Amino acid sequence: MIHLTRMILQRLALGVLTLFVVSVVIFGAVELLPGDIAQEILGQSATEQTVAALREELGLNDPAHVRYLNWLGGVLSGDFGRSLANGREISSLLASRFGYTLFLAAYAAAIAVPLAITLGVLAALYCNSIFDRLINILSLSAISFPEFFVAYILLYLLSAEHAIFPSIADYGSQASLGEMLYRTFLPAITLVLVITAHMMRMTRAAIVNLLAQPYIEMARLKGLSPARVILRHALPNALAPIINVVALNLAYLVTGVVIVEVVFVYPGLGQLMVDSVATRDITVVQACCLVFASIYILLNLTADVLSIATNPRLLHRGR
Amino acid sequence: MPTLEKPELQTPAQDTPLLRIRNLTIEAQTGDQWIQIVHGIDLDLDRGEIVGLIGESGAGKSTVGLAAMGFARQGCRITQGTVEFDGTDLLALSEAARRAYRGKRIAYVAQSAAASFNPAHRLIDQYVEGPLRHGLQSRREAEFSAKALFARLRLPEPDVIGFRYPHQVSGGQLQRAITAMAMSCKPELIVFDEPTTALDVTTQIEVLTTIRDVVRDLGTAAIYITHDLAVVAQMADRIKVLLRGEHVEEAPTREMLANPQEDYTKSLWAVRSFQTDAKAAPPDHVVPTIRVEDISASYRPGQMVLEDISFCVPKGQTVAIVGESGSGKSTVARAITGLLPPLSGRVLLDGEPLPPRLKDRSKDQLRRIQMIYQMPDTALNPKQTIRDVVGRPIRFYRGLTGKALDDEVRALLSAIELEPDVYLDRRMPQLSGGQKQRVGIARALAAEPDFLICDEITSALDQLVAEGILRLLDRVQSDLGLACAFITHDLATVRAIADHVLVMQKGRIVEQGPKADVLTPPHHEYTELLLSSVPEMDPDWLDRTIAEREERGIGISDGSAAEAAAPDDPAAALQPSDS
Repeated sequence: MIHLTRMILQRLALGVLTLFVVSVVIFGAVELLPGDIAQEILGQSATEQTVAALREELGLNDPAHVRYLNWLGGVLSGDFGRSLANGREISSLLASRFGYTLFLAAYAAAIAVPLAITLGVLAALYCNSIFDRLINILSLSAISFPEFFVAYILLYLLSAEHAIFPSIADYGSQASLGEMLYRTFLPAITLVLVITAHMMRMTRAAIVNLLAQPYIEMARLKGLSPARVILRHALPNALAPIINVVALNLAYLVTGVVIVEVVFVYPGLGQLMVDSVATRDITVVQACCLVFASIYILLNLTADVLSIATNPRLLHRGR
Repeated sequence: MPTLEKPELQTPAQDTPLLRIRNLTIEAQTGDQWIQIVHGIDLDLDRGEIVGLIGESGAGKSTVGLAAMGFARQGCRITQGTVEFDGTDLLALSEAARRAYRGKRIAYVAQSAAASFNPAHRLIDQYVEGPLRHGLQSRREAEFSAKALFARLRLPEPDVIGFRYPHQVSGGQLQRAITAMAMSCKPELIVFDEPTTALDVTTQIEVLTTIRDVVRDLGTAAIYITHDLAVVAQMADRIKVLLRGEHVEEAPTREMLANPQEDYTKSLWAVRSFQTDAKAAPPDHVVPTIRVEDISASYRPGQMVLEDISFCVPKGQTVAIVGESGSGKSTVARAITGLLPPLSGRVLLDGEPLPPRLKDRSKDQLRRIQMIYQMPDTALNPKQTIRDVVGRPIRFYRGLTGKALDDEVRALLSAIELEPDVYLDRRMPQLSGGQKQRVGIARALAAEPDFLICDEITSALDQLVAEGILRLLDRVQSDLGLACAFITHDLATVRAIADHVLVMQKGRIVEQGPKADVLTPPHHEYTELLLSSVPEMDPDWLDRTIAEREERGIGISDGSAAEAAAPDDPAAALQPSDS
């Protein structure tokens, strides 16, 4: 177990390093944007004095590395600065929006992950049967449509034609859990359709890859049922690739929901980022990017650790 | 296959054989076509009887063995015939009904236990699966009987070894554990599919003994599949010879050994006849092609893989390096070639010291030492034609191009007895195992080397094919006056081709000398153990050897001592496979 702990610490340190690099990249990218932020905020009619005063106030006259270090220092102490557009504290803005995004992501994941793995196992079990092909065709179709297309089709069918679900997913602050689940059903299903195929196909492929292994033949020759051969003998050895693809898709759920949030007018992080880009609210964009990057790194780290924890050859070294 | 379900059990009549296979015909899929690979085999087996199935690879031994369980591998199908087990035709049953037989009444022991145990589960969990799923025992009972059986198969620490994962147990121990697993449901028939082929001779003799004792004690019938005649002679009551899916002949073991009827069987029996005359060592003042002086090497600090290795390979002579897996014999090759620079000592090529590291050596020095590997499948690029494989070293080392290059490649192909017009543009996958190894030899010769290292080049080949390779190698060696180091674990090969023999154990040379001296008594203790572990054709060999060893107090060990390198040892994993 000691080497597992050491490995987790190593990966964490690497993650922090990656985040640091990401922060440099984000800051650099924002620096490269053309135009003057103070000018943008104040509009074309502003006088030179007011622009100069705002530049002074925002610290825009300092050299880039000083501003970067100031920003990094703030971030490390939990202070992302203030929004340029409305002057609100970014931390509190992020916190409320992040809750929305996490809720939707968790909702979609709770449906998609079990569904994908079950379908993947079934497809592997009935490999090359009609069922397998059907699942493959359906999942391929689902993955081939862009998510905004799926979203609008769902909206059209289930909201406009038959008013079963609301078209606006924002559930306000007073909603019960049932209400929340009901209101966010359409965006959640859109996300499920998009990510299930990927995970399901990986699960199937990872298991089918193992079916030629001698230990699978051995399991069959022990007279075990096909279901047991797959679940007990193939699945545990296929976990590492499955865990990795699940982690990637979970990260996508958090970071890639921008379009779905916009379509369903859902006040998550993605929507916040899109709005901030539109208003040139650079400090908020920076903060959003950093949060997305952290989520990505954290989920990948978790996937690595779980992959090792589920492999006895790595977990129990030596005799 | 018909899927009508018949009543599962019929009253077993005492006079019906346990297994009665008639006209078994099996097809295999290649591309879109189904090709018959087993052509109407019959086989009878009485209760408690052991029949040996022998033949070369591709003879259909394993396919027939699996068919005895009503099982066909992916890409194979049983098209005709009956497999009656205890009066019930397994092929007429549904797949679910057949599962009730598999593992419970007919069990299987695979060639590679290391690959056949699931790496994700502990041994005990895999052992109890059969008895539990077939509803024979509770978990507690099954664990209890597992420990008893582990002890009976002489596994070390039988009470706790089951709680290890497969990677934590050595190869010989795994092979015994898988035999235990096959016996977990007390089956009436066990199919042993080359159960000792992957093991060292010293481990093999121990596993053979335990398998035979347990099978005899429990009165289990067995089909014993192997390509090794000497092994089957120890194990089987009766031998059946197969060739390309067809029956050749069948007779009780002693009769078969004493008086084989068919030409093919006779050729199998005669296979170990090839032997070169050992050449005398040259006088001391002649500089040998390769001189290795006091080499030590290690893969990680503090753990020596080679210590104080010294030997010479004179021009035109063959030095055989023998030892078990983990003895460091392949590491010697890596040290000489510079892949693993030695920590101390030096290698001299024609009296000139070689730089220890591969990248410090000149192109000419590289050219003069060439290697041939055990597995041409992995050593040679499957995407390249033979022209490319053999032509590349000629171009690289000797700078020939165009017509000169083409002529040279053709000459080499003729030398390895492959017709250039037929084979020049074939790719590796279109060749047989023996042909691939011939190409491996041609590739090495293409550089016009002075010193050739052959690392287990015949281990993966059938005996007849291997003999062809050895004859070829012997011919080119005497034609070109090459110095050769021949790394092998097979003492029959050593007998055939060596002039000088070097016996290694745990990274050290325990004995070396001219072949006649090393292979005739008195031996070093370890050489004696190696030599006496090589099975002989005599059916009484195993009994006799065990009796002799018990007399001298050597006894059967648990196999842990014989296997120096732990399978999970990263250093061992870095080494090229020895087996």
